[in-house]
Amino acid sequence: MSYPLNPDVLKDDVMREPIRAGFGRGLKAAGQANDQIVALCADLTESVQMHLFREAFPERFIEVGIAEQNLVTLGAGFARAGKIPFVSSYAAFSPGRNWEQIRTTVALNNQPVKIIGSHAGVSVGPDGATHQMLEDIALMRVLPNMIVVAPGDSLEAEKATKAMAENGKPVYMRLAREKTPIFSTPEAPFEIGKAYVLREGHDVALLGTGTMTYQLLVAADLLSKEGIEAEVVHVPTVKPLDAETILASVKKTGRVVTAEEAQAAGGFGSAVAELLGERLPVPIKRIGMLDRFGESGEPDQLIDVFNMTGAKMMATIKQFIDTMPRYHQD
Amino acid sequence: MPRTNLTLIQLEEKANKIREDIVSMLLAAGSGHSAGSLGLADIFTALYFNIMNLKPDEPEWPDRDVLFLSNGHCVPVQYASMAEAGYFEVSELQTLRKYGSRLQGHPERERLPGLENTSGPLGCGLSQAAAYAYDLEYIDKQPHRFVYVVMGDGELDEGNIWEAAMFAGKYKLGHLIGFIDRNNIQIDGSTEDVMPLEDLKAKWEAFGWHVLEIDGNNIESIINAASEARAITNRPTVAIAHTIPGKGVDFMEYDYKWHGVAPNSDQAKLALEKLRTLDGKITHEGAGV
Repeated sequence: MSYPLNPDVLKDDVMREPIRAGFGRGLKAAGQANDQIVALCADLTESVQMHLFREAFPERFIEVGIAEQNLVTLGAGFARAGKIPFVSSYAAFSPGRNWEQIRTTVALNNQPVKIIGSHAGVSVGPDGATHQMLEDIALMRVLPNMIVVAPGDSLEAEKATKAMAENGKPVYMRLAREKTPIFSTPEAPFEIGKAYVLREGHDVALLGTGTMTYQLLVAADLLSKEGIEAEVVHVPTVKPLDAETILASVKKTGRVVTAEEAQAAGGFGSAVAELLGERLPVPIKRIGMLDRFGESGEPDQLIDVFNMTGAKMMATIKQFIDTMPRYHQD
Repeated sequence: MPRTNLTLIQLEEKANKIREDIVSMLLAAGSGHSAGSLGLADIFTALYFNIMNLKPDEPEWPDRDVLFLSNGHCVPVQYASMAEAGYFEVSELQTLRKYGSRLQGHPERERLPGLENTSGPLGCGLSQAAAYAYDLEYIDKQPHRFVYVVMGDGELDEGNIWEAAMFAGKYKLGHLIGFIDRNNIQIDGSTEDVMPLEDLKAKWEAFGWHVLEIDGNNIESIINAASEARAITNRPTVAIAHTIPGKGVDFMEYDYKWHGVAPNSDQAKLALEKLRTLDGKITHEGAGV
């Protein structure tokens, strides 16, 4: 079954919505379905879209103040009391500031705390490098027991939120601040641990996570006009990786490009490189932030400056294809 | 209603037995934290044999009181107390810190039924206890249950503790009862040299807590403190429990060098003799190793 893409995805007026908005709706829906869900926030309730839950279930919303270490350790305590806690702040602060608490009281303690890091990536924009969290994927995917999810649009974030509410495990989910084009549809599948082929092709596999999947669809469309047919795979779950789907696409294409709005070192690109290095070594190009911080600017401007628009990625991918041989299996 | 009908004298004997267990398990382990574990023996005896409502044969009993250990390095005293209370065989204490043991060097909840949290890195226990107490107070509404948390004094250097203290004060968590092991030592020396904590009582009061100062090596005063704390329902209570690090083993007492060290066999033999004879005050047919 092919993935039901938004038919308007490549149009200029494609519907856009912040990914975090989907989280807000998903959390409220999850709270309606399960009265064990509690939500904790560190003084950013509307910003991370927890206000919908707070309005619906004030008795299950807990304001923590600007205290991210407390935020996540409270989450561990609520989990011990049988609750399913969603704890939320900006990704720069959680997991940026409270990583050891997450390691000890959530991951090693194996409690189903859902850590929601909003405002990840350079598309945070004018706030600058301090608030543009880029290292969260790397930080979280090295933790045993931890699941790492980076939804590609708001519809998927809503589905991911509902899914993690019921999976009984520690989860980290990264969200973006800015309006992001919606490439999926309400009927599109989402399952934690699954990757989805959005577009079939045989020349190169383009693997994206989070906000970058849309940009890869744009890049693939531009490549197609030059006679290059790229396979686009959306990988919303960075850990555990859907090895089966990724390996199938890479086997078919023999070359792979990864894209993430995060440090490529240690991030999604590294996760894919580890998988392929052990299972199916092929030429790989990682697109993302390359060992540098972001800076202030308009979100679209920064995505462009750091070579993460569809058009910029098209050029990068084309050069990669021109210079790197396809790896032939068998 | 106290959990057991042990008299005060019997509780003191139990604390002494727990101290013997601690010395013997640390000797077998060859490493571990002696001073804090021994100093906390009276508090843990009071908690497990008098104060807390629990069922050792049903660790997840839904009506139980819960205990979060924040200073996880003192877990030998908790293991010994749990074994003496019947959670598992006393003989298992000898597996402390060994490969495959349920008794990890620092406690891991999933390994051993009866542990409420995983701890070791300092400063994380109060938040977890506060969350549990919040749940009992405002969400699950179970006023018959109480949440206890044991903290070290050195770990009060951690900011996470004060974030949690502020939280518990704001929400007036009357079911939250803390014990601070005020033994005045930490690894680099005395707490007041390393990073002064005083005026500790005033600090907790300023955060909205009811504060008691007690002799943490006096079981009666520990039990009385817990009774008072349970009666105060409009705010959390913390007992600053003044303890003697290494309590019961004179050559360890008050010496910060015993914070993270286990006794060797000669030292353990001497320690056990002192514990079994109450430092020579009684003769005991089992005295000596």
